Amino acid sequence: MKTIVQGTAKGIILKSNNPINFLGAVDKKTGIIRDQSHDLYQKSVRDVVLVFPHGIGSSVGAYTIYSLKANNSAPRAMICQKADLTVASGCALANIPLVVVTKEEYDSLVNGNEITIDNDLIK
Amino acid sequence: MELTKDEEAALKGEQGETLELAYRILVATGEATNAERLIPIEWSHLSGVNYNTIGDAGEEFLSKLSQTARVKVKTTLNPMGFDIDSVSKFDLDEDFIEKQQSIRKSYERMGVTLSFSCIPYEIFDLPEKNTQVSFAETNAAIYANSIANLKTNKESAFSALASALTGKSPYSDLRKDQDTHNVTIQMKVDNPNELTYGMLGFFAGKVADNSVKISGVNELDKRSCKSLCAGMGTSGTCGKFILGDDNDQTEKIDFDEQEMQKIHDELNTTDKGDLITLGSPQLGLEEVSDLALMLQNKSFKKRCMVFCPRAVQQQARKLGHINNLEKAGCEIYSDCCTCLTPLIDKKDVDSVTTNSIKGAYYLKNSNGVEVNLKPLSEIVRDETK
Repeated sequence: MKTIVQGTAKGIILKSNNPINFLGAVDKKTGIIRDQSHDLYQKSVRDVVLVFPHGIGSSVGAYTIYSLKANNSAPRAMICQKADLTVASGCALANIPLVVVTKEEYDSLVNGNEITIDNDLIK
Repeated sequence: MELTKDEEAALKGEQGETLELAYRILVATGEATNAERLIPIEWSHLSGVNYNTIGDAGEEFLSKLSQTARVKVKTTLNPMGFDIDSVSKFDLDEDFIEKQQSIRKSYERMGVTLSFSCIPYEIFDLPEKNTQVSFAETNAAIYANSIANLKTNKESAFSALASALTGKSPYSDLRKDQDTHNVTIQMKVDNPNELTYGMLGFFAGKVADNSVKISGVNELDKRSCKSLCAGMGTSGTCGKFILGDDNDQTEKIDFDEQEMQKIHDELNTTDKGDLITLGSPQLGLEEVSDLALMLQNKSFKKRCMVFCPRAVQQQARKLGHINNLEKAGCEIYSDCCTCLTPLIDKKDVDSVTTNSIKGAYYLKNSNGVEVNLKPLSEIVRDETK
């Protein structure tokens, strides 16, 4: 694993198999996924540890991540398989811990389990 | 990532809060893309201008930042939420207009050129080949790398802002003179139009990594090329395409009628629209003049919103094209765009006809309206008299 944005967080894993277009798919006020074709449709990213392959689409998605934090609707941390610039910069500005993990580590993360991210460790 | 002593000091906050923030973003994006260092860039193009997308949190962030922050390189700007010339005709509340003006003023204070355009590559002179730039708008980043011979990461709104404030960006793969594509998309659809190319882009964005090769396409007209760039930027992380043959060792994936139909079914939700929008990305001068020609002796049977940059509207007006478009019933809007527009509200509009895949994705998911996809030639054929 590689830490992109340092920090500590503890929470329940919300895991997706689909990449996320933050601008198009996430409501910045509530944190609810509004893209009907997404596997997290109608779920909220608020206070979870959000596990997803990577971000896609609009560069303005970084503001969506920052807005989620300002509106108290942000995930406590994010874990991706590949870090893209939108998610990395959004998390950096919003102080949301972000780590990138290998395929094996990603596959071992189970939806609904509790997880702790403590700087360079996942427990 | 290795930082110079000066960059290290800035990251620690020794050169003020603004630069600390900018370097924090550059380091995170550098680590994310495995860049070994930062390099100078000459031009930054920012997204994050439309109040509809960045909201109160974005407006407040920019207002505070702009009290002290100033850009270090040429910096241009994406569209905002409305055209001030026509905003009174829409049902936008005072608060929206006020917050949008605050965002405009924040960028102006920071020294940004208020271009309000998502096609900087068409309205500004391009720097010489291989110049390093930082373009946040995704269609512009892909266009810059693939067509305009410039080099940029597929920047985010914040990474481009950090580039503007420092004049630097991570030296990631897309900035290097190496070809890193891992997939070749074989274009197998006959008689493609700009909508086909938008779907090809959307498909390629889904399957490619940072860069992709496309075979079976020899040349692209401006409209098709912009459509491809915008479609690709919407669906993925891919920041560059190369047109070529399929004679290398990379994985080959066909884009055929069946794959195209899947994309069409994902984004096309109805067979007719209450109104038409053209311009996502905004139309350049060539497309405006082309449209005026197509609409000779015709007029739209329903509302048709046309989005182009202010600079293009001014030039096109002098050439008589805007007058011709207005005669054909088009409404011309500058400084804003189809994408994430607050001017189309599901309270008043159920469905929109467009030839833009990018427009369709955001109209459907963000504006929450039904979308009818058609190439421009069919829009003109079916919707005019």
